[in-house]
Amino acid sequence: MASNNVSEVAALITEIIGNLNGSTLQAQLKRAAQKEVEKSTVTSATLKSDIITSLKTSGWEKILRNEIYKQINCIPKCFDSSIPFECQKEPLMYMRKAQANWEKRILKSMNSMCTELSIPLARKRPADEQRDLLHKWNEMGTDEPDLSHFRPVYAPKDFLEVISSVRNPNYCSLYGHESEEYPEVCSEHWGLIQVPLEVPRLTELQEKFSEFCSSLPQGGIDDSVDAPTESFQNERNRIARRVLDEKRGVLAQHFCRRGCPSGNRAEMWQLALGVTVDHLAILKYDQLKGYVLQHDLLVDSLIYKDVKLTSVNDDYYFVFEDYLYQVLLVFSRDTTVLDHFVHSSASPPKSYIRGKLGLEEFSVIYPPNGVIPFHGFSMYATPLCYLYSEPIRLYYMFREMYTRYFHRLHSISSHPQGIISLCLLFESTLQSTHPRLFRHLQEIGCQPLKIAFKWLVRAFSGYLATEQLLLLWDRIIGYGSLLILPLLAVAIFLFRQSNLLLITSASGVEGSLADITTLHVVPLLQLILFPT
Amino acid sequence: CTMSKNLRIGRSYQKKLAGDHRIIRFRCALNNTIGDVLKQRPGWVESKEGEDWDFYWCDIGWLRENFDHIYMEEHVRICHFRNHFELTRKNLMVKNLKRLKKQLERESKSESAKCDFFPMTYELPSEYHIFVEEFKKNPGTVWIMKPIAKSQGKGIFLFRRLKDIIDWKKEGYRANNEERKEETKDVETYIVQRYLGNPYLIGGKKFDLRIYVLVTSYVPLKAWLYRDGFARFSNARFTLDSIDDSYVHLTNVAVQKTAPDYDPEKGCKWSLQQLRHYLTAKHGYETVANVYQQMNEIFIKSLQSVQKIIINDKHCFELYGYDILLDSNLKLWLLEVNASPSLTASNQEDYDLKVGLLEDTLNIIDMEGSLTGNEKRVGNFDLMWNDGPVYAEDGSTDALGGPSYATNTYLGCHNDRKRQLNQLFRSLQNKKTAAG
Repeated sequence: MASNNVSEVAALITEIIGNLNGSTLQAQLKRAAQKEVEKSTVTSATLKSDIITSLKTSGWEKILRNEIYKQINCIPKCFDSSIPFECQKEPLMYMRKAQANWEKRILKSMNSMCTELSIPLARKRPADEQRDLLHKWNEMGTDEPDLSHFRPVYAPKDFLEVISSVRNPNYCSLYGHESEEYPEVCSEHWGLIQVPLEVPRLTELQEKFSEFCSSLPQGGIDDSVDAPTESFQNERNRIARRVLDEKRGVLAQHFCRRGCPSGNRAEMWQLALGVTVDHLAILKYDQLKGYVLQHDLLVDSLIYKDVKLTSVNDDYYFVFEDYLYQVLLVFSRDTTVLDHFVHSSASPPKSYIRGKLGLEEFSVIYPPNGVIPFHGFSMYATPLCYLYSEPIRLYYMFREMYTRYFHRLHSISSHPQGIISLCLLFESTLQSTHPRLFRHLQEIGCQPLKIAFKWLVRAFSGYLATEQLLLLWDRIIGYGSLLILPLLAVAIFLFRQSNLLLITSASGVEGSLADITTLHVVPLLQLILFPT
Repeated sequence: CTMSKNLRIGRSYQKKLAGDHRIIRFRCALNNTIGDVLKQRPGWVESKEGEDWDFYWCDIGWLRENFDHIYMEEHVRICHFRNHFELTRKNLMVKNLKRLKKQLERESKSESAKCDFFPMTYELPSEYHIFVEEFKKNPGTVWIMKPIAKSQGKGIFLFRRLKDIIDWKKEGYRANNEERKEETKDVETYIVQRYLGNPYLIGGKKFDLRIYVLVTSYVPLKAWLYRDGFARFSNARFTLDSIDDSYVHLTNVAVQKTAPDYDPEKGCKWSLQQLRHYLTAKHGYETVANVYQQMNEIFIKSLQSVQKIIINDKHCFELYGYDILLDSNLKLWLLEVNASPSLTASNQEDYDLKVGLLEDTLNIIDMEGSLTGNEKRVGNFDLMWNDGPVYAEDGSTDALGGPSYATNTYLGCHNDRKRQLNQLFRSLQNKKTAAG
């Protein structure tokens, strides 16, 4: 834990206990404790210690520890109740404003699509349609609804335009005013992002990602074909087995830092993220499935369209089309996803019951999970299909990955792992490690972020080869950080720099970086973090 | 084709030209990838109609009509064996495999058990009564009826009740034979086979595997296995309810192409490497390695079963396309062997695979005389059987990290074809210059 302050720790503990109060885990622990009490071997003198020992031996202590670890990872760091809620979500006012405007734009776009096509945002399905859909639940991909009139609500490039135009009104350049003669000189940043957020320097990153250092064997390098030894792989398999048997989330997360062997990856990620699929989770999924059957949402058509445009067109992911519907349609009905908005600058969009526009008591959150999918959204889920073939487990893993990490990739915020910080980290690292390349690209009219942005927003899903992508996401989970994404993007530019320096047009640069499926992620990350 | 009887082929063949480059004259019956590969091969020149040739990528119709009437010089090569149909006609393959199995049973029970990779099959009409007995023993199982000679999924259907096949016998069978009367005098033969109802599904979809095996000689048996291949997915979701829906069950790309929701841009294929990754993530290294080893048994046993029957001609070689199915218990089944696997490419990746496949085939046939003949790997082909099993060297760097392979086969494994070819030809060149 990073916090040193005693009161912070105390506040954290209070928060966790508050979260666990009334939860299923508490009830289960109580029941287990009560069972223990009923045993005849227990005496009232040693009651407390006996119960604690029994909970330890029966494995409940581990489950509790994992749950606490998960909570620590998810709770935002600020607990001061004197700070207003909106400032806790996002401390900088101009960011809040920018995000609010962006949300308005998205909602407006969706509403206008609604009125154009005269489709309601939500409609109840008649009984026979519900039956049909239930019948087809496992093969929704065979459905070919007419989606030609639907457009994605926005695409990553629209979002890039918006974040490029975010400005801090309190900030003024050294010259005191914007000079018309030398606008370039006055802007602090040469890249697209113009907000002065602090980004870590390479030395800090080297510390944070110290396990990438080349003296340590890595999954993704030392278990590959050209390596002469099998021993690293055998060792990793052995340790993985032990970690999984030990059932401790924190160990699993640390294990992921050096890459998971493909045979254990699915379980390891599940343990690291603390996702348990018990019978309650299954019931909940079925309940959500019921909601999907009952109501047809406009958002469903957006999801369909996105899956057909992106995942289905991919040479490898097309196979998993049906799973994607089973995950994403259910996802949009899941109101527990709303919890993640607490530590995001975004707020769930509101809609109003017909005829009651503006009246708060008739507002509903739309879609129920507060997340409007954009073009490429389904790609957050596709790589997981590779690991999890049961839709329910797949669903909960996707939900956890999204609410923990991926939601930061498409909202405007000052969070150190938000997309704006990631973009700024990309631009500043590229500038500082290879100013010549950066300058050259600018001279030929190419902003490198324009190319790297789509990689960042999708966490490289669909751009890297699947194996490599999974190795990358191993590290996202292992270090609990998205900072790896811009570092990889910089490394890719550096790797191809000799080619890029010869290119004389922006479209040429795009062409040169269009296909990154042949790249190996781990050596590239080592290249940038620990150049020899 | 205006070939006169008893023609001599490959006569004006010049052994050496200036610059140490032989000119090889080829003909090609197909207008797809193989044509491209032959035309681009350095030193190979296409010969026109009526001209002499040294190499012919022929179609089997031509072979049937002309093979017996031509005399080929020693160096001439042709891409089919005279009676390949012993392996590729479904009823003959089954017959040969059954015979091999019986033979092995006398020698070793374990070896004969390894022949259990083809589903129970009977030939119709000759084995109709044996089939009916077996059918009655297992009511409710699904059987598939296939004409022995057709391809691309034509004439195939599934049934569960004896009534369906009796009806068909009365109407469909006769109707088919009416059609055929113009072509041949014989009655059409079908095979009926136990349908594999529990295929391994990925994303709810059924798939089969297409793997390439090159045989350069049957006596002694010399066979090469290509590392790359693909898994072909059925476009619709698998269920035994819709037996009438031939789109679900038949995974031939040719049939999929006519399915209503087929999108030609989609290319419903995965490479073998991709499949291997996926299966390894699901089942672990050891299990998957065993599955791939199972495949070796299929290839070797199927070739051994026809080894003594195929007319072994040193001019002949053949590139087979094996169709294999994986079931949900991770057992492999041989569906069919193709003597003329499709060489048309469905997309760029497919094209690259087939170009590599054909180039390496020609590298192994080695009309240029570059190889020593002792190679165990050429490009992406690994020598699988050379009158006996071929083992990978110990400590070979070709081995994928993980359990090392006893046999020299690397299906779905790391693919560094160009590098290997460069290495190989460079070392051959060095040997030549060293020899003077």
